[in-house]
Amino acid sequence: MSRAGLLSLAAAAALLAGCGGGGGEPQMYGPDPQLPEPQRGLLPDMQVADPAPWGEARPAAPQGYTVTAIATGLRIPRQTLVLPNGDILVAEGRGGGAPALRPKDVIANVIKARGTTSVESGDRLTLLRDADGDGTYEGRSVFAEDLNAPYGLALVGGQLYVANQDALVRFSYTVGQTRADAPPVKVAGLPSYINHHWTKALAASPDGRFLYVGIGSNSNITERGMPAEADRAMIWEVDAATGAHRPYATGLRNPTALAIQPGTGQLWAVVNERDEIGPNLVPDYLTFVRDGGFYGWPYSYWGRNVDPRVRPQDPGKVASAIRPDYALGAHVAALGLSFSSPAMGPRFAEGAFVGEHGSWNRSPPSGYKVVFVPFRNGRPAGPPVDFLTGFRGEDGKTRGRPVGVTVDPRGALIVADDLSNTVWRVTAPRGAPSGLPSGVAAPAGAGRP
Amino acid sequence: MVAVPDPSRAASPLHAMLLAWTFPLYLGGLVADIAYARTYEIQWLNFAAWLIAGAMVFTGLALAWSLFEAFRRSFRDRRTLIVLLLVAAMFVVGLLASFQHARDAWGAMPGGLVLSLVVTLLSAAAAVVLILAPRPTHHRASRGEIRA
Repeated sequence: MSRAGLLSLAAAAALLAGCGGGGGEPQMYGPDPQLPEPQRGLLPDMQVADPAPWGEARPAAPQGYTVTAIATGLRIPRQTLVLPNGDILVAEGRGGGAPALRPKDVIANVIKARGTTSVESGDRLTLLRDADGDGTYEGRSVFAEDLNAPYGLALVGGQLYVANQDALVRFSYTVGQTRADAPPVKVAGLPSYINHHWTKALAASPDGRFLYVGIGSNSNITERGMPAEADRAMIWEVDAATGAHRPYATGLRNPTALAIQPGTGQLWAVVNERDEIGPNLVPDYLTFVRDGGFYGWPYSYWGRNVDPRVRPQDPGKVASAIRPDYALGAHVAALGLSFSSPAMGPRFAEGAFVGEHGSWNRSPPSGYKVVFVPFRNGRPAGPPVDFLTGFRGEDGKTRGRPVGVTVDPRGALIVADDLSNTVWRVTAPRGAPSGLPSGVAAPAGAGRP
Repeated sequence: MVAVPDPSRAASPLHAMLLAWTFPLYLGGLVADIAYARTYEIQWLNFAAWLIAGAMVFTGLALAWSLFEAFRRSFRDRRTLIVLLLVAAMFVVGLLASFQHARDAWGAMPGGLVLSLVVTLLSAAAAVVLILAPRPTHHRASRGEIRA
């Protein structure tokens, strides 16, 4: 390496080291977060995870809840799906591979890779089975392989839909099946040029006619050029029968998880917002997704706050931008979303679980946990509650990073961890009503401080 | 009789080359910045970032050489010191320009363009001062001077 390179790296390291700390924490959560003025130091904050094995440690759940690793040694588990017989499908893989365009990308890629797993991409679906219902998933088989970074999963009747990073495909599925009996059938191609944000989130409409696919932007904030953003940062509605699609909602920078709200049948999403305008900008969010709605990216954030980094600007689009419903905090990297049920215990009966992968560009780091956003009358109500923590230890080491979360109707939350390549199962206390209608109180073990 | 320039004050050709190479690179960065500012075509900004990174490689080498020269002359030669100061300023401003060009999209502007302009002017000034240093006459140049 040249002397200049060494000198600039040394200077960069010194500046990075000096970027810690930083004042009081503004209110970052809820429907009306405080939004500080955009700011940017000489270098962006980068504080990536420092991985360590779990050893005897375990993620921490609320009192009475039990945490079990039901599968380890996976190949980058991202999203999970609980099948009607209780089997769990795990989508494994790593996508993307957008080329480095600038010296910055080369350096940032090296740093960011330290905070993730080095395991080879699985590109497969693994099926986990607990045949006797004792909480141990003794059965494990590869349901399908040779996929292309599968992520979103949805079951509609006898069709299992899988969102690869470049296409929506389906398998026929009958309950009890442990292996796909045929190669997947392509339903629709998905935008995959560059694939800066490669994950394709998936949810099916309650009647099964439509599939909603979350497609992330091709950049942080248009730095790969506007043409690269065609068909990006939006949610597609795909006709399950024909594969035809239309943009359902736009301006969603990176909609990483979609879910249908029980009861209302409404589509909700968690969305990862933009970086490099400060540790407390822009909050990632949870929102009801309006048909035809525009949520700001790239022109503005959190409604009509103009992002000056985008040229040409578009005041007309900014004026139409919708404010999201609920801020989760900046840079938490929300990647999982699942609506709860009374089977999760009275405290967590109504609301949504959100898996937060954790920040790489914030000091102090944020996320690295699963939170519960309580709902009342179908809308978020109150601050998020920590549900599963301990992924980032007091010692500064990171042992896991949560991605997909899925509520098992039997009273458990399934959490995929793509750093330790583990699937965690967090079981509600015994005595919590299982499958009972809401309003039936759980008797014992549910009281917590 | 015409005074013969002191060969010990002459710039080494390699030193001059290193310094001279920074100029077209910084200038290219400046031109690319202007093109980006006029068109919003992001590729110009990528070009600028790489051109400045390339310039920084030679700036670093030129800075090391200038420091060596200044030490060798015990910080007494005025022209050597001016070159050292200009190259040091170029390194600092070039580093700032590199960081500014690492910002995304229009976030690099207008600071990136201003820094490109300043560092290009510094590069030109440093090269002119160094290269206009009196040249040694051929028969007086000792091997030692050329090696330095």
